[in-house]
Amino acid sequence: MSYIIPRFRHPCTVPNDIGYTRQDYEGALSTLCAGCGHDSISAALVQACYEMSVAPHLVAKLSGIGCSSKTPAYFLRQSHGFNSVHGRMPSVATGAYLANRDLTYLGVSGDGDTASIGLGQFAHVMRRNLNMLYIIENNGCYGLTKGQDSATADVGSKTKHGQANVFSPIDPAGLALNIGATFVARSFSGDKAQLVPLIKAGLHHPGFALIDVISPCVTFNNIPASTKSYTYTREHMTAADVVDFVPAAAKYGADGAIDVKMPDGATVKLRRLPDHHDPRNRAAAAAAVLAAQERGEVLTGLIYIDTGRPDLHAMLETTETPLRALDEKALCPGARALDAVNRNAR
Amino acid sequence: MEPTVTEDPEYFHKVVNCQYACPAHTPVPAYIRLIAAGRHTEAYMINWEANVFPGVLGRTCDRPCEPACRRGRIEKDEEPVAVCRLKRVCADLKGDVKSLMPEIPKKKNGRRVALIGGGPASLTVARDLMPLGYTCILFDNQKRGGGMMRSQIPSFRLPEKVLDEEVGYITDMGVDAHFNQDVTSMKEMLARDFDAVFVGTGAPRGRDLDIPGRQEADKQIHIGIDWLASVAFGHIASIGKRVIVLGGGNTAMDCCRTARRLGGEDVRVVVRSPFKDMKASPWEREDAEAEDIPMFENHVPKEFKMKDGKVVAVMFEKVRAVYDDKGKRTLVPAGEAPVVMECDDVLMAIGQDNAFPWIERDIGIDFGKWDLPVLDKKTFQSTLPKVFFGGDAAFGPANIITAVAHGHQAAISIDIFCRGKNLSDRPHPAVTLVSQKMNVHEWSYSNDVSGADRFAVPHADRKKTLKDMKMEVELGFDVKAACAEASRCLNCDVQTVFESGRCIECDACADVCPMSAITFAENGAEDDLRGRLNAVSDNRGQTLFVSPALPTGRVLVKDEDVCLHCGLCAERCPTEAWDMKKFLYTAPKTACFKKTETPENEAA
Ligand SMILES: Cc1cc2nc3c(=O)[nH]c(=O)nc-3n(C[C@H](O)[C@H](O)[C@H](O)COP(=O)(O)OP(=O)(O)OC[C@H]3O[C@@H](n4cnc5c(N)ncnc54)[C@H](O)[C@@H]3O)c2cc1C
Ligand SMILES: Cc1ncc(C[n+]2csc(CCOP(=O)(O)OP(=O)(O)O)c2C)c(N)n1
Ligand code: SF4
Ligand code: SF4
Ligand code: SF4
Ligand SMILES: [Mg+2]
Repeated sequence: MSYIIPRFRHPCTVPNDIGYTRQDYEGALSTLCAGCGHDSISAALVQACYEMSVAPHLVAKLSGIGCSSKTPAYFLRQSHGFNSVHGRMPSVATGAYLANRDLTYLGVSGDGDTASIGLGQFAHVMRRNLNMLYIIENNGCYGLTKGQDSATADVGSKTKHGQANVFSPIDPAGLALNIGATFVARSFSGDKAQLVPLIKAGLHHPGFALIDVISPCVTFNNIPASTKSYTYTREHMTAADVVDFVPAAAKYGADGAIDVKMPDGATVKLRRLPDHHDPRNRAAAAAAVLAAQERGEVLTGLIYIDTGRPDLHAMLETTETPLRALDEKALCPGARALDAVNRNAR
Repeated sequence: MEPTVTEDPEYFHKVVNCQYACPAHTPVPAYIRLIAAGRHTEAYMINWEANVFPGVLGRTCDRPCEPACRRGRIEKDEEPVAVCRLKRVCADLKGDVKSLMPEIPKKKNGRRVALIGGGPASLTVARDLMPLGYTCILFDNQKRGGGMMRSQIPSFRLPEKVLDEEVGYITDMGVDAHFNQDVTSMKEMLARDFDAVFVGTGAPRGRDLDIPGRQEADKQIHIGIDWLASVAFGHIASIGKRVIVLGGGNTAMDCCRTARRLGGEDVRVVVRSPFKDMKASPWEREDAEAEDIPMFENHVPKEFKMKDGKVVAVMFEKVRAVYDDKGKRTLVPAGEAPVVMECDDVLMAIGQDNAFPWIERDIGIDFGKWDLPVLDKKTFQSTLPKVFFGGDAAFGPANIITAVAHGHQAAISIDIFCRGKNLSDRPHPAVTLVSQKMNVHEWSYSNDVSGADRFAVPHADRKKTLKDMKMEVELGFDVKAACAEASRCLNCDVQTVFESGRCIECDACADVCPMSAITFAENGAEDDLRGRLNAVSDNRGQTLFVSPALPTGRVLVKDEDVCLHCGLCAERCPTEAWDMKKFLYTAPKTACFKKTETPENEAA
């Protein structure tokens, strides 16, 4: 049996700005099916975090249940992780974020985990503009339980052992725009040139960032009749823009691109493709998503971004100090303080 | 780039860096796996078929395979697999091999081939022709066969027993060997009824140095290779206490170490050039230094200082190396005071030349530059069609494995020539390519490469070896160390074979590859493509694999340079577009081996 991870890496790999090599961002050997799109997303996350010099110990990986939700075991082995209950990752993330606002939160979910059982939690975490990157590894089915249709399956689409789906699909990107997410993107596991900069931008975004990544399930949903297969996605994919992510320190020349500044000084550069909308315009973004749907296209790229909205902590006006760093006295100020609060509420 | 033609046997051959670098193209990883499995007899036979002298070469080979070995490149400070010393292991631990060697037909084919010189080149020709029914008549001016393997390589590096055994396998085939017989006229040879003549007389003339004092001091100044031969044949058994060895090649290393054993106490090696230009193999130098032999660089000998008719010292001028923009070196005086080193004897190991005083120049054998014969580089045929050359006699001094490689080619040519066929119609290499897949995550080879550092071969106690000329310094790996060292081999012959028609471009192989060897990219010219791969790709010596265009129009590019042959790409491929296939390349030889499956394939 060869469940191995060789010790060696390319001899020319160099450490990043904080002294870590790419290998330091890897995880355990994947147990997913060979060729699963989810593994490519893990590889994209490794690449993005390595290139951005993310400190692994300052990242919290959160997930629900599903093949997709298993993947946090396969990257960032030195980060915190919480593999929660099916569809309940948002509430665990909310709790963690409230307790420690200093970490970078990375949620990994599936289309079943998000749009079927977890739809309620998904909607509310977006309303709250929790500062996290939320990745949906969207394969249109429940991979882990052998390929039943999920809520993102298109009408007429078929999985390997199933019948054509008859229910209207949920488009996570459309839903996110509607509910008020502040960063909405879509990508494809087979397109790292687009996915990696989107991940970097999403990690920098000061609020809730959603990337809906089409990620084919090779085992149950990669047949010609499926609309979430490698071939279908490639044939129907259109890109809203060419995305590039420029870290704060880097210099770049003006080249006609739209530059979206991040509060930490980084920039998302977008080269608009002809006929596409301005991603800072929510109505235009929503219209573009609908129009692409009508045309049977998979619209990818950065669909919408608003870096100016307050996130959960700002809305709640919580203290700058993470709650977990407060001592007992500060956290439990005693009966007199409680009385004062209660008096205010009467 | 154009799609790679993997059907060309040389493509995958080139991936097996060690085998490709070996002049005789020994299937290295195949025998290393057999050693790891404890199957030493089979490992020996794979070697014997390719390089004829595994026991000798396992101790003395110049080992071009090792600098080529991929293992030495996969990480900074990583060292190659000890390919050479593993070869010795199978020679040391083998069982009966004689019964596995080709049978010699009782009925001869009526063709008679003369072999002049009894070194590795001639012996290889005999080994390759005897099984075909040829009558081989060998002439050598030494008392036993082996050429310089016997006369030059000291027994503390190569025990006589090992040499006798492997020379014996060939002479026992019924070679009609005439030792102690100097061939003094090619004309006479040609007048006898030989169908072909092979010249394997080596490069027997050691260079001399014509500086003041040389003539007067003849008694204490020795030509290195003549002196080593005299030691080997028992004519010389001692030397003075203070010995200066001039020269920086392997002959100098053998001279100084031999001098240490014959009574030399202050033995020093003095080189004209800087150390970095020294010709000696690094390991030979290390072994000499370990025997307390100091080395001096940038010293050009100018004069032998005499007193009372004896040499008492050598005077040197100190120099500095200057390189022009083409890298050509000149040694210029450093402007320092001359250095005088006292001594009792001087050994001159400053090079060897070919010498063919016995070949008349009016018999149709043309000679060219440096008095070397004019030869066809592929066929080794001289300008006189029935005369062939090989080994050091062909293109100047090289090494044993090169002599063997020449021998194989010359034997092919002689066989074709005797059959009256066209010499450029040569046999092709034989190749097999067999899947190693046993199960989803299971291969028939060990793909979990050992992370261990290279193991050092243990040496015998120096106090003893310096006293006994015949005591072998290296002890060889024991079975445990041999297995551990063998496990470091990456199995570069187990090829990653890609079938583009099956690929769905899911990226799984590119994602999982620990060495970032695989890239899906838009096609382009080589320079451009190399610049766009997932990892630095600057070893031009290793050809890129480029697939035909895939459905997206992109191509899959694999840089073979640092591939671990771990098989993860094939394990992660959902469509079996990748497979790990064992590639066995058998270099062309005469039909001296009955073509059965190789032992390894039989058992696998
Ligand atoms: C000191 C020294 C150390 C070396 N160490 C190594 C080593 O560690 N590893 C390695 O790979 N190589 C080594 N070499 C090189 C190696 O020995 C030669 O390259 C190799 O032996 C060449 O083989 P050959 O068959 O061409 O000729 P040789 O081995 O030179 O054999 C030629 C034979 O022909 C005989 N001969 C010559 N002229 C006549 C004639 N007219 N009539 C009859 N017989 C004749 C010679 O006496 C000799 O026996 C070393 C060489 C030297 C000098
Ligand atoms: C509460 C609960 N209900 C049902 C399940 C069974 N279950 C496990 S995974 C899964 C669907 C996962 O689908 P998705 O999130 O799309 O992940 P994928 O495997 O496709 O990546 C279901 C229904 C469960 N584990 N827990
Ligand atoms: S079942 Fe589908 S989603 Fe799950 S690991 Fe296999 S290919 Fe991936
Ligand atoms: S690792 Fe093994 S197969 Fe590869 S070049 Fe080295 S010895 Fe040869
Ligand atoms: S065998 Fe495949 S996965 Fe392993 S190093 Fe080579 S190309 Fe990469
Ligand atoms: Mg799913």
